[in-house]
Amino acid sequence: MAEKVLMKGNEAIAEAAIRAGCRHYFGYPITPQTELAAYMAKRMPKIGGVFLQAESEIAAINMVYGVSAAGKRVMTSSSSPGVSLKQEGISYIAGADLPALIVNVERGGPGLGGIQPSQSDYFQATKGGGHGDYHLIVLTPASVQEMADLTALAFDLSDKYRLPSMLLADGTIGQMMEPVVLPEESCGTVEKPWAVTGTQMKRKHNIVNSLYLVPEELEKTNFERFERYKEIEANEARCEEFMTSDADVVVVAFGIAARVSKNAVVAAREQGIKAGLIRPITVWPFPKKAIEEAAKHVKGFVCAELSMGQMIEDVRLACGCSKPVLGAIRVGGMIPTPEEVLAKIKEAEGGNA
Amino acid sequence: MTVFCGHYGSGKSSLAVNYSLYLKSLCDSVTMADVDIVNPYFRSADSRKELEENGVGVITLPYANTNVDLPSLPSSIYGLVERADTHAVLDVGGDDRGAYALGRFTDSILRENDFEMLCVVNFARPLTSTPEDALEVMREINAVCALPFTGIVNNTNLGSQTTKELVLGSEEKAAELARLSGVPVAFTSAAKGVFPDGERPDIFRLTLHKYYF
Repeated sequence: MAEKVLMKGNEAIAEAAIRAGCRHYFGYPITPQTELAAYMAKRMPKIGGVFLQAESEIAAINMVYGVSAAGKRVMTSSSSPGVSLKQEGISYIAGADLPALIVNVERGGPGLGGIQPSQSDYFQATKGGGHGDYHLIVLTPASVQEMADLTALAFDLSDKYRLPSMLLADGTIGQMMEPVVLPEESCGTVEKPWAVTGTQMKRKHNIVNSLYLVPEELEKTNFERFERYKEIEANEARCEEFMTSDADVVVVAFGIAARVSKNAVVAAREQGIKAGLIRPITVWPFPKKAIEEAAKHVKGFVCAELSMGQMIEDVRLACGCSKPVLGAIRVGGMIPTPEEVLAKIKEAEGGNA
Repeated sequence: MTVFCGHYGSGKSSLAVNYSLYLKSLCDSVTMADVDIVNPYFRSADSRKELEENGVGVITLPYANTNVDLPSLPSSIYGLVERADTHAVLDVGGDDRGAYALGRFTDSILRENDFEMLCVVNFARPLTSTPEDALEVMREINAVCALPFTGIVNNTNLGSQTTKELVLGSEEKAAELARLSGVPVAFTSAAKGVFPDGERPDIFRLTLHKYYF
């Protein structure tokens, strides 16, 4: 087995990306994500890669667009306000059907908000974010180990389905330190015949573009893209279930909120309340099947989130509004305590929802 | 004065807190200052209550654990560096970036000439996994703060998964770092419970701050 090392979540993303064959990183520093850029700045020159601190987030995402068009694994990272700045470029990358990894180590908002942890970019991440009809594959790590593992997976899925992927973490997971086994070196096996790599006068040139002059053609590319999204929704939704099979109340939580919620579920079971946890590992595609199954036997759901309850809508949709969905909510950089989640579990169990 | 420097996440804050409490058992007055201008969360300031309850003075950045992302130092740190009536413990930010903040005080520290400057090393961190890499970090820190190291603290750990074997196995690397740098190993540290009571009493035992997630 590979050796364990002790890493910050942000560093684990950076090292895992390098091991996944990413040799191009463009970013701009922002708390609480800066260690990722700092790690890249230190490592990339030693391995023949590129670390470039761009003049702005907008410049960085457009550099990502360019490198991705050339067929290379490429990434950028930021925190909430910086990811908002990147949205135009992300939409262009999605519109050009290119793979890329965007990391958002979220902090409190809206606006400049604060530097403490948050999950309040859920809508932005899962519903598109920029203009136009598109989705990102959005992965939500809940440990430093997953920061590494899901980074590798994000690159693979992004290459496979030709769309940008996002690692949606929060400041706590980015800053905390845990032992981690780093993934093996790989660089993906997906051929990229569409890449702009020079024709060598041997083939017709490739064009990477998101502009369509004929509306019929633009409509057609949108329809085709959404066929691919259907495939992703069918095959790539991921979640972890914990004590859900007989549960009366199921907590739905991802990232740091899922760790807190697991403690609350254990505490509820100790008090004789049949609680369980569904932890989405992808929030787009959303793990609807797990919610649908749980809805058959639960009295209600509790969404534990570091947002004003943005995921509640997806849980309601997934269960067809058949069961009440409560929120255990803290925002502004605050994290719910296990006691707060437990109180909501009791409320849902008592049918007061 | 005792100064803790080193690579990001090598355990400076945990050491500063535990070392301050240990010093308090030896001398009348101890004051710990959190001068980490780099790290937004998980700071020695998190242990303020415990330190104060045990009679250790605490100085933190005015905006520690708030939403203000300003790397500013409070004026009381200048006083602390000049004072001779208290044993000061400085918890400095990681790497050369964190050590920039220390450079401001180097002149006074050298003038008073009563300090230990400790480099905390965790060989289970990927960027300081070899003595050579750890030496590079030591040199980078020296270059920005111009305060010479007087000792190495071997704090090799994997958090909650630290084993006795890991710590014992790291001692050879620490000795090699001492040979390369010309700075002696001051001591080895490990969380309470890694070694049974009584075994290796020379290893400094750490009580770690607990978070609920």
